[in-house]
Amino acid sequence: MSALPVMRGDSGGPGPKMRVRLAGFAETLRGAGFAIGQAEVQDAALLLASPLAERPELFRDGLKALFCSRHSDLARFDELFQAFWRGRGAKRATRLSAQGLAARSPRRFEAGPGGDRRTSLPETTVVDAPEGAAAGGRGRKGGASTHEGLSAKDLRRLDSEKDRAEILAAAERLARRMRARLTRRERIRLRGRRLDLRSTIRHSIAHGGEPIELKFRRRRSKPLRLVVLLDASGSMEPYTAFFTRFLHAVSLSFRESEAFLFHTRIAHVSSALRERDPARALDRLALMAQGVGGGTKIGESLAAFNRWHARRVIHSRTCVMILSDGYDTGAPELLEAAMKALRRRCRRIVWLNPLLGRDGYEPSARGMQAALPFLDLFAPAHNLDSLAALEPYLARI
Amino acid sequence: MSRMSNPIPREAIAARLAETGYVADRDLTTALWMMDHLKRPLLLEGEAGVGKTEVAKALAASYGCELVRMQCYEGLDASSALYEWNYQRQLLAIKAREGSGANPGDIEAQIFSESYLLERPLLAAIRREASPVLLVDEVDRADEEFEAFLLELLSDFQVTIPEFGTIKAKAIPRVVLTSNGTRELSDALRRRCLYHYLDFPDVDREAAIILARQPDIDARLALQVARMVGMLRKEDLRKVPGVAETLDWAATLAGLGVEDMRQEPELVHDTLIALLKTHEDRERVASQVTQRLLGRVA
Repeated sequence: MSALPVMRGDSGGPGPKMRVRLAGFAETLRGAGFAIGQAEVQDAALLLASPLAERPELFRDGLKALFCSRHSDLARFDELFQAFWRGRGAKRATRLSAQGLAARSPRRFEAGPGGDRRTSLPETTVVDAPEGAAAGGRGRKGGASTHEGLSAKDLRRLDSEKDRAEILAAAERLARRMRARLTRRERIRLRGRRLDLRSTIRHSIAHGGEPIELKFRRRRSKPLRLVVLLDASGSMEPYTAFFTRFLHAVSLSFRESEAFLFHTRIAHVSSALRERDPARALDRLALMAQGVGGGTKIGESLAAFNRWHARRVIHSRTCVMILSDGYDTGAPELLEAAMKALRRRCRRIVWLNPLLGRDGYEPSARGMQAALPFLDLFAPAHNLDSLAALEPYLARI
Repeated sequence: MSRMSNPIPREAIAARLAETGYVADRDLTTALWMMDHLKRPLLLEGEAGVGKTEVAKALAASYGCELVRMQCYEGLDASSALYEWNYQRQLLAIKAREGSGANPGDIEAQIFSESYLLERPLLAAIRREASPVLLVDEVDRADEEFEAFLLELLSDFQVTIPEFGTIKAKAIPRVVLTSNGTRELSDALRRRCLYHYLDFPDVDREAAIILARQPDIDARLALQVARMVGMLRKEDLRKVPGVAETLDWAATLAGLGVEDMRQEPELVHDTLIALLKTHEDRERVASQVTQRLLGRVA
């Protein structure tokens, strides 16, 4: 490989120039979301002085093992490495890697002869009628209660800048309130009863060494985790700005939340959303979500989610929230299979459909039909009221 | 290898591992070399059954050192990972000496001595004379708090026991962590470790693994088994068969005296239970599917 023209200075040891370049490379990787600290950069310099540096491809492999820390880093590393050492800008590499994600996403569900296996749906699946959620919403005052005028307004019809700013702020408040409700429930959960000898002995000191007071251990329950999958396709456009803001607020206020964006492919965007400043977060999000084209492939995106992310981000107390209008250009069978697999993994699936709030809308899109049987809650999400109505539901999970 | 001489002894590392029955890929040998050079732990990720744990075992065997294994689970805490006092014995000792009028100071010194200390894997790993391989298996199953604690241990290699004093590592252990990805690990831990993603072996390497583990098996059969498993992994299965399953299946077929899988399609199909471990997968791979795949193993 000719990517590394000068590995060593003339003296034989690593030249200072090379060290600076290396630090620059680490900086580039950091910008692309790699977890790299000062210690890693120092170790990289050590590698530069080691026999590993005699061969560019060995050196690359070495840096790869050192700098990468998750599976998704591996493929991006190669692109960034090429781009950096060939002197191209790193920005471009980031974009390339975003597209690379789409190319890599597996299509396991297309393989295999199982396409025709439509098993009957589990009895336990509950599809709440949307009216239920809406009715609950009217009764309570959510985070948006001070904005009566706005809270019932369809998010599409927000014209003035002022309206928009207010509604975005309301989205943030809503996400925070949801968190407050959820965590309050946390503390009064299960307590396990296992004798804790260590602290029993510690407490026996007060009784002259007699273990009278027995101490027990409680099992802590896992906090609820919210995994949000946001459809960022063209048909969702009027709502995207609001939902991304909502997503941002959720990510900041929930300790355990993960966010994904999908259209024709799926991207894990939690790291971008952890950025405190909303404007910067949205910028990073936009960069990560680049490569829009064609229609929405919900089924394929969900299948990719199941294959690559679900195991990591879903545990026994996870609620998956899908924000989508259900217009899928892929095969409904694919979506059905993906939903079925997802159903097996998580505790609740909530699908929020902004179209549901419109008068006369029927969830007749084929994709939506395929997904319906697997949902715990199918609810509208076209205004703040409808989102606020969800809060008590989520608190019960 | 027809290239110029190698700067790092990758072949030697691979050969040493091969002696213990582990067939490593090239990237892994680089990572193992770096592990020694930089004294960093190695984090292995990959799907269940790709042989993550085997790497640590083979590493220990190739260095001829002890393997200290710590299996992580939810709720794992310092007292089951590091050390614990043997409270039952301590209570007994106190009771037994109660009426004897012994000096309380002596009793205390005695019950907090070495013989009342229960060594758990992490403490064991740093107290060995010769540096062992410490395997922290499925670290993703432990809680986040434990991860932070582990991180501290991995950077200092010393442990403080309040009643006993600080114990410094006599020899720095080689640390291998494995993760199945059931939970996202913290960035701090990931940063501290070298990272290697283990994939399922390709056909040639899997055949080599079968041959390494079961030397009397026919090389052609080993290749056929590897091909067949490779194809099965591409089917849409719930539980993808791991390398251990491949070995089981190869042993089964060899034990049944199969020489060419294509000659015995029924036997092959029946013995698939060694690979397919859920009812759904069994259903999915019907005998026609087996037939179809068998057509391509040659």
